Amino acid sequence: MDLALVVFIAFASAPLAAWLGGRSSPVMACVPLVLAICFLGFAPLVAEGQAVTAARDWIPSLGITAAFRLDGLSLVFALLITGVGTAVFLYASLYLKAYPRLPRFYAALTLFMAAMLGAVLADDLLLLVVFWELTSLTSFLLIGFSPEKAASRRAAQQGLLVTVGGGLAMLAGVIILGQIAGSYSISGLIARKAEIAGHPLASTIICLLAAGAFAKSAQAPLHPWLANAMVAPTPVSAFLHSATMVKLGVYLLARLSPVFEGHQSWVLLLTGFGGLTMLVGAVLALRETDLKRVLAYSTIISLGTLVLMIGIPGDLSAMAVVTFLVVHALYKACLFLVAGIVDHETGTRDSAALGGLRHAMPLTALVAFAGSLSMAGLPPFIGFAAKELVYETGLAASTSWLVVAVALVANAVMVVIACIVSWRCFAGPPRPTPRKPHDPGVAMLAGPLVLASLGLVFGLAPWLVSDTLILPAAAAVAGHPIDYNLALWHGFTPMLLLSLLTLGLGVAAFGSWTRIRTQLSGVEQIALWGPDRVYDRAMEGLQSVARWQTQAIQSGSLRSYTGYTVAVAALAGFATLISQGGFAWPSFAGIWQPELVIAVLLVAATLAVLRARNFVAGIAAAGLVGFAVALLFLFQGAPDLAFTQFSVEALSIVILLAIVGRLPFRDSDYRRRGEKLRDGTIALGAGVMATLVMLSVLAQPFDARLSDFFRAESVPQAHGRNLVNVIIVDFRALDTLGEIAVLGLAGIAAAAVIAGLRRATTGGTR
Amino acid sequence: MNSLILLTSSRIVLPVAILFSVYVLLRGHNEPGGGFIGGLIAAAGIAVHSLPRGRNALVRLLRVSPKALIGSGLMLALLSGLPGLLLAEPFLQHQWAFPGGLPLSTTLVFDVGVYLCVIGAVLTFLAYYLEA
Repeated sequence: MDLALVVFIAFASAPLAAWLGGRSSPVMACVPLVLAICFLGFAPLVAEGQAVTAARDWIPSLGITAAFRLDGLSLVFALLITGVGTAVFLYASLYLKAYPRLPRFYAALTLFMAAMLGAVLADDLLLLVVFWELTSLTSFLLIGFSPEKAASRRAAQQGLLVTVGGGLAMLAGVIILGQIAGSYSISGLIARKAEIAGHPLASTIICLLAAGAFAKSAQAPLHPWLANAMVAPTPVSAFLHSATMVKLGVYLLARLSPVFEGHQSWVLLLTGFGGLTMLVGAVLALRETDLKRVLAYSTIISLGTLVLMIGIPGDLSAMAVVTFLVVHALYKACLFLVAGIVDHETGTRDSAALGGLRHAMPLTALVAFAGSLSMAGLPPFIGFAAKELVYETGLAASTSWLVVAVALVANAVMVVIACIVSWRCFAGPPRPTPRKPHDPGVAMLAGPLVLASLGLVFGLAPWLVSDTLILPAAAAVAGHPIDYNLALWHGFTPMLLLSLLTLGLGVAAFGSWTRIRTQLSGVEQIALWGPDRVYDRAMEGLQSVARWQTQAIQSGSLRSYTGYTVAVAALAGFATLISQGGFAWPSFAGIWQPELVIAVLLVAATLAVLRARNFVAGIAAAGLVGFAVALLFLFQGAPDLAFTQFSVEALSIVILLAIVGRLPFRDSDYRRRGEKLRDGTIALGAGVMATLVMLSVLAQPFDARLSDFFRAESVPQAHGRNLVNVIIVDFRALDTLGEIAVLGLAGIAAAAVIAGLRRATTGGTR
Repeated sequence: MNSLILLTSSRIVLPVAILFSVYVLLRGHNEPGGGFIGGLIAAAGIAVHSLPRGRNALVRLLRVSPKALIGSGLMLALLSGLPGLLLAEPFLQHQWAFPGGLPLSTTLVFDVGVYLCVIGAVLTFLAYYLEA
């Protein structure tokens, strides 16, 4: 099956998902499920080390193609997106049943999924950027699911600004990279890695690309948006903000890892920020009690781990990245969905207030424990193998003691978080909750149950996932085929010792969790000087600059705006005429024709505008000018133009008269003599300038190439005799499309202004 | 604006304007006219009708929000470009068919889109301007 078609179908299924989702039908989970099956069909081919490709011309003149390529890494991501997507769609059909605006929600969710697929399948960097930004946009819509809440609006805006800002930096990096390599093809770049990595601009490119990836993958200090995005409904948090979208930055880094692997800037940036993010996430996670925010910080720790692993060169790190990525998506999506169930059934997700839920919801407890065991990295879950791989990579790295120390802290905190989500909430004596809890329906349990079981099945039988998915993906990250035996038991190794140490530290820390938490949340500096506060300060600064420049430039007087606009246009015209010396007199031969009567009418109408005593008379007189111009068009053989002019004039007179009839316009002219003189000078200047320009234009010989072309080709190519309309709807249809879009926007904007004015004058609530 | 003259005359102006606008829209490909002009004429007719009657009359007359006209117009114009893409030609390359000599084309779909968009833009503005 054609990859471009798969992406197209994903996008095109948005209306279907919106329709089914609007009625909360679990059938809509078929949309991602069908896509997942479709990608599974590619798996045997990809496992043999082959890549599926498809390409369409997009902007051939710039060398940009809509090229798609499915290799091991893309396949892992595509399966995660569609697989977790299936679980999430199914879950949401029950979870969000009572919510408003569901069709819009599911449309955005499906568009997000399609954009994610496009991003991980794109083989053209610019195409990747387009899909990348689309995921940011849809994430904005989904975080802002409840726009009436201020926190929701702020989180949506923050997420958008941070990720799109990073995306812009990344676009700059992509363009430089494309200029150096002469092509935007990702597989082409990898083929020429030595040349690119040796280029003097390589460090700049790395910094720009990493900025985009770090913003998207919530690396410190850009991490606060991810924690704040937890205001979104739980299905969104599970899907976008743990399993898929935040991994897009990791995907980009992993994708370009073969090109920049081992480059000094690459290693320093990735290991530095990755390690920092792990520590920051670990500290912040221990301050929280809200289950979703705790999990969000654990996601930040994991994203840091992934970035750190990509920064470390070597085959082992590639293996660790892919294994950890898959494992994390499985258990984290599962745990988020469990947190949602707890919230949904008990009415709270404050872990400090929860306990003993295993009696009321035994199945959920089972799933929660299975997910948590994988997260804590305990055998026989696949999470154990991933953690061992991380330690193995760390031990083999150049500054191994530092990497291992950071990983130890981060993994110990992961154990604590796993205990909070499972032990804290489900074990111990039951505590009173706002609602009486019980296990949720099948639709909500199925997804997390399958995800948790996969963690166990893959742990018991690693070969199921290793040869078909993980090894081909790791080969794509490393840039060459690799051989590794993914297994739970490697004998008595230093990694096993570290695992035991992690577990001991984690359990000990969980024992005194309440004390650690109260001490850490007492640190006020984080709220006062943390990056979230910096963001707020920056937004306040932006607004005060806007306020200052509005006060400096915008007087609010329509008359002065018109005056400035016309005066600047007149001056620019004169300046061009004088500096370019373009003025010429046309020949006035053959000017004495009957149409000259219209010119007289025009002049008379203009004088009437000047002499008008009130607005109504002025508008009527100005309308007369327009009608006279239309007559002139008619006599000069442009009936269409005349027709349009007539319609526009009629409509604008009707609307203007209606406005004058309602708004409190002053009927008499209140300008002082000096002001009248100034306005007259500006008007006269503009008139003279326009006249001179028109005369110069008429003095030029007429270039008939375009009109000859249209006259000759109109009927054969477009089957129409009306040249003007044929140009509008056919030859230049794209321009017209843009124009009507602008027209529609202008109508909506004008309506918004009027609505705002009315609110302001009637004193209604804003 | 609730003058008796306008109230009475607009009752006749509206159907004439709508009919004329459709005529202008349809003849546009070969004779002076087209979606843009047609849209303006229809908008003027509807504006004259709803000025003395208010916003509710406008919404009742249209049965949809004027904003929906903008959206559907843009959508039609976009859709009219897709057949070209499907036939591996550039976007908005218009396609023609002549079943029994009757010329049918995506051009007309595009022009109807322009027509609706123009009406929608004018009336969106007008609807907010008119008092409820």
